Amino acid sequence: MEISYYPGCTLKEDAKNLENTTLPLLELFNIQAKELENWYCCGVSFSQSSDNLMQQLAPIRTLIKAKESGRKRLLTLCDMCYNTLKRSALFLLNDEEKREIINDFMDREETIIKGDEIEIVHILSLLKEIGTEKIKEKIVKNANGLKVATYYGCMTLRPKEIAIDNSDNPQIMDDILKAVGCESISFPFRNECCTSYQIVNEPDIVKSQTRKIVNSAIKNGAEAIILSCPLCHYNIDAVQKEIKEEDESFTTLPVLYFTQLLSLMMGIDPSLNDFSLHHINPKPLLKEKKLI
Amino acid sequence: MIKNEKLNISSQEINSEENKSLRDISEVNVYSCYQCGNCSSGCPAVEFMDIPPNQIIRYLQLGKINKVLESKTPWICAACNYCSAKCPRSVDITKVMEGLRRIILRKGIDHVDINELKKELLHKLPPIALISNFRKFVL
Repeated sequence: MEISYYPGCTLKEDAKNLENTTLPLLELFNIQAKELENWYCCGVSFSQSSDNLMQQLAPIRTLIKAKESGRKRLLTLCDMCYNTLKRSALFLLNDEEKREIINDFMDREETIIKGDEIEIVHILSLLKEIGTEKIKEKIVKNANGLKVATYYGCMTLRPKEIAIDNSDNPQIMDDILKAVGCESISFPFRNECCTSYQIVNEPDIVKSQTRKIVNSAIKNGAEAIILSCPLCHYNIDAVQKEIKEEDESFTTLPVLYFTQLLSLMMGIDPSLNDFSLHHINPKPLLKEKKLI
Repeated sequence: MIKNEKLNISSQEINSEENKSLRDISEVNVYSCYQCGNCSSGCPAVEFMDIPPNQIIRYLQLGKINKVLESKTPWICAACNYCSAKCPRSVDITKVMEGLRRIILRKGIDHVDINELKKELLHKLPPIALISNFRKFVL
């Protein structure tokens, strides 16, 4: 099966390991992710001002490229891309007047877009479709009871129109990881924001939130935090290192993309993980669990 | 909001240009809010705000947009949508915060000066952080 694939900016840089572990994993299920040609940034953050249509153009142009690919579905691995693309498609679909203005403005684009032509699919939803039974069949390495804190953040859960799961008690990642032998622990910050783009000019807010998330995960018995969003990954992984440098008593937790963990358990080349991209080294834990 | 704070309310303030532009940008009816406080209780960044989200809405109901525009709250908001998801009256507070930011940005006052950011920071942070920040804090 072929599916269009939109990587987004960070998957080609800081989150290369998310892409590099996901694409071979999908191949195991005979899914070929076909990267869109000449894609560009989705804008990351969905524009919430009703009168600013310019900010809608980047994600909408991506939707047009997806439509021109001839495939009905567009896969995203990044939570922010998912949120922005999905909401932009809904924005178009639900507002005929603005849709016309936008289509008129994009006079170099040959394709008119309505908003319902392309289904934007997050990787977690795609794996849910594949089903835990089939995922289990591909497992060649045991997780040895690895205790994971699944961290969902916001962008796949809110607003509810685009949510991939129940935003109060998401289970989509837990269901997969439990099926493959991980022990998923519950902790109260799993569906709270990592405070996102505040890392640029208000890093203390992110530090405070990362402390809460990590402390709570540890208190509830987690050995690692597992997530899917590259921005959450930076804010929880890299910021932990900064906290540790300031406070020796702070206990850190490795942070992994869920596809990293799954790909290791499926016997996919561990070097694709490029652990040098991690600020909190996950290798000691993975060695202890005999996953590398 | 200070306890027992006395405010003079005027129809001119409520119908001010800035209030109108907030309504146009956000398309949110702040008068739906009945001050349950769910938004503030769930906000992950509330402790860094000078005015919590529910009080931002209360000030807006009373026409005190100038007070709200001076607040740092819209710049602390991370647009995570938790408040909007928790509102029993479907007040999209995230959109109100966006509208407040836009009113200030459109005066030509950027919240983040890209030229002032240190090179090390630009190299250190992933594009996803920088782009989303600039989309919210720079016109």
